[in-house]
Amino acid sequence: MYSEKFQKSIALVEAAREKNIALEPDRMTAKQKEDLLAAFHPDYKKDEFRELKIGPNAGEKVPTELAEILQAHSRITADCVDLESPDYETDVLIIGGGGAGTSAAIEADNAGAKVMIVTKLRMGDANTMMAEGGIQAADKPNDSPAIHFVDAFGGGHFAAKRELLSQLVCNAPGAIQWLSNLGVEFDKTEDGTMVTTHGGGTSRKRMHAAKDYSGAEIMRTLRDEVLNRNIPVVDFTAAIELILDEDGKACGAVLMNMETKELMVAKAKTVIIATGGAGRMHYQGFPTSNHYGATADGLVLGYRAGAKLLYAETLQYHPTGVAYPEQIFGALVTEKVRSLGAKLVNVNGDVFMHPLETRDVSAASIIRECSERGNGVDTGDGLGVWLDTPMIEAIGGEGTIMKRIPAMWRMFEKYGIDIRKEPILVYPTLHYQNGGLDINADCMTTNVENLYVAGEAVGGIHGKNRLMGNSLLDIIVFGRIAGQSAGAKCKEVTVGKMTLDHIAKFESEIEKAGIETQKVSPMLLPDYTRKNK
Amino acid sequence: MEKMVNIFLFGKKYEVPENLTIMTAMEYAGYQLVRGCGCRNGFCGACATIYRIKGDKELKACLACQTKVEDNMYIATLPFFPLVKEGYDIENIPTNESVMMQLYPEIYACIGCNACTKSCTQGLNVMQYIAYAQRGDFEKCAEESFDCVMCGVCSSRCPAGISHPQVAMLARRINGKYLAPGCGHLEDRVKEINNGDFKELIEALMEKPIEEMKELYNNRDIEK
Ligand SMILES: Cc1cc2nc3c(=O)[nH]c(=O)nc-3n(C[C@H](O)[C@H](O)[C@H](O)COP(=O)(O)OP(=O)(O)OC[C@H]3O[C@@H](n4cnc5c(N)ncnc54)[C@H](O)[C@@H]3O)c2cc1C
Ligand code: SF4
Ligand code: SF4
Ligand code: FES
Repeated sequence: MYSEKFQKSIALVEAAREKNIALEPDRMTAKQKEDLLAAFHPDYKKDEFRELKIGPNAGEKVPTELAEILQAHSRITADCVDLESPDYETDVLIIGGGGAGTSAAIEADNAGAKVMIVTKLRMGDANTMMAEGGIQAADKPNDSPAIHFVDAFGGGHFAAKRELLSQLVCNAPGAIQWLSNLGVEFDKTEDGTMVTTHGGGTSRKRMHAAKDYSGAEIMRTLRDEVLNRNIPVVDFTAAIELILDEDGKACGAVLMNMETKELMVAKAKTVIIATGGAGRMHYQGFPTSNHYGATADGLVLGYRAGAKLLYAETLQYHPTGVAYPEQIFGALVTEKVRSLGAKLVNVNGDVFMHPLETRDVSAASIIRECSERGNGVDTGDGLGVWLDTPMIEAIGGEGTIMKRIPAMWRMFEKYGIDIRKEPILVYPTLHYQNGGLDINADCMTTNVENLYVAGEAVGGIHGKNRLMGNSLLDIIVFGRIAGQSAGAKCKEVTVGKMTLDHIAKFESEIEKAGIETQKVSPMLLPDYTRKNK
Repeated sequence: MEKMVNIFLFGKKYEVPENLTIMTAMEYAGYQLVRGCGCRNGFCGACATIYRIKGDKELKACLACQTKVEDNMYIATLPFFPLVKEGYDIENIPTNESVMMQLYPEIYACIGCNACTKSCTQGLNVMQYIAYAQRGDFEKCAEESFDCVMCGVCSSRCPAGISHPQVAMLARRINGKYLAPGCGHLEDRVKEINNGDFKELIEALMEKPIEEMKELYNNRDIEK
């Protein structure tokens, strides 16, 4: 039940519902979309970006908050640790225990390498665990990897690195099979046919799911497999700096115990960064759908050691994050709600756009409605628009919500809102880091040898915008490739003298560039404690 | 002015706004969380918490990120519980109840007290899924346990020392790998790809000028 202050607007939404259900809103023209994005999408707000002054991408612009941590001081100086007596020695060091890291660990183990995972929280406390919608793969007779390629390439504004994208689509059916063989329970019909649906921007129904817990089902299975193989997992431990040898090749990391702050040294022949996304950076003040540890650490580690970034200026804002109640502010309202028929409605009860435009266009349109047009609903903590969920039951029949999106119903029900009867308030939320470290097709960074990257920390696979379902796919495909490549490469590596010289070098660049900052990075965790008591 | 309530974190009293979750109330009180906080949205099971409302006999369990504070709530988080996880080779295990007898024999010592079900933070019928596991009915066990976030609260309440979420995990993997029907179109597609059937098509796309890619994209037919 919404409080009094919302009732006037809800009454307008209810009064217009029947008419709004019947309405078929126009899709925007290419020109309209372009203008809308330029004026209202957060990626186009020039004053929210800053030019990097130092490092491999100097001269390029990235979000201000990211620029600040990329050009911040290290948490340590070289003399804080003794590189001569490492606490851990391994062939392949994997940083990050999400979907990409665990996939890499399993494959590197298969390759016969000695593997170790370090992860900041627990293994599986990761964005992978939270994915609901599903994972794409072109495995139906009417579909093909080539069609998948075209969908993803166009959806990413024709900017993807094609050698990465072709790997993604050609290895997709194999990835689904690999997961199935590990015991992941995909939704299937009785004869074994995969149940597949559309996602935004797909031209074939190729979204595979495990109910609305797709990511959780994949993550817990991979975690179980890592444990079965006795691969060492050092949890509550963050990598805070890479270690290079005298030729500038990656050969380990400085680790920090998240609780005791103890520093440790891990020596390795190859290193894989699988640290995931950046939602907790709250770019431009946006709330986020991401897990607690999504703070772009991998980008910082890599950048300071000299690795290049690609498309770090592009973020994905999911159009429908929760705007109210406050307790779940920023949490994801899955795209499925709109696929099932719910439309976006403003404070006056008017439908203001077609509900199934692409994510970037939808997000920009909601922002325009709440800003320039002044048609947002005041939630007390900000603005939002209505997503008229009762339409789903009116269209699909009573019971549709409980059958198709029970997790959504449960999420709001806890706060006394019955989405079958009452609409919900949404506003864009920071969802996905499109860009990241630049890699070759074997997952090695383009300019730091023996440093591999997989998962959301990579840039270039999707271009400048990612389609739903292609990220769960990329963490499996490229997680596996990274594990295989790093697992093979380590056999020919002998580690030279380990150094942390790059820290002082970076420090002097900060000084030379005249950057004045108190910040240290990587950030590791956001600070939500109350200040100014 | 927001309404305030009194809560007791590990016995110590704090006054916090009533509209916070237990997790955000802890942060409001000044805790910088490291343990007991993962997804912040009900998926990962990191934030298992037990509480009692003063004067209430019943001890309740919940996820801290999913539960609003109440007045006079006595709160203790359970960020870790020593579950037993047995190792096994998924390629090489029995797919009937004998695997349970081998790996998790303690499930046969269940006394039917139902404490697990009563405490489940996801509202699952835990005792029932353990019963299915005992019988080797892994399909039903998988179905019944599917929404488990592996928070471990049920296990903390079990007099038989059962690690319920690990039992369910094993059942789901056996079901997914061995018992669920195989998928013909997936196998065919993997074979076709390995056979190089799409090589030419993909290579053509690798070379195509952007303008032609735009043509292709804008004019592609979309399955209804
Ligand atoms: C709510 C939500 C819904 C989504 N839905 C979908 C969907 O339906 N389909 C889809 O394809 N994609 C979806 N995505 C995106 C997708 O889930 C993620 O992009 C993907 O899982 C990222 O995997 P990863 O392994 O790269 O990173 P993560 O899974 O986030 O794992 C990274 C790990 O690294 C650890 N780490 C970070 N920094 C350090 C450090 N310094 N040292 C050590 N460890 C560190 C983290 O703690 C974490 O465990 C969704 C994302 C979210 C948040
Ligand atoms: S079954 Fe046990 S571990 Fe799983 S969600 Fe319920 S209480 Fe948590
Ligand atoms: S708590 Fe343990 S003993 Fe009691 S019903 Fe559940 S599994 Fe059986
Ligand atoms: S923090 Fe993940 S379930 Fe609460």
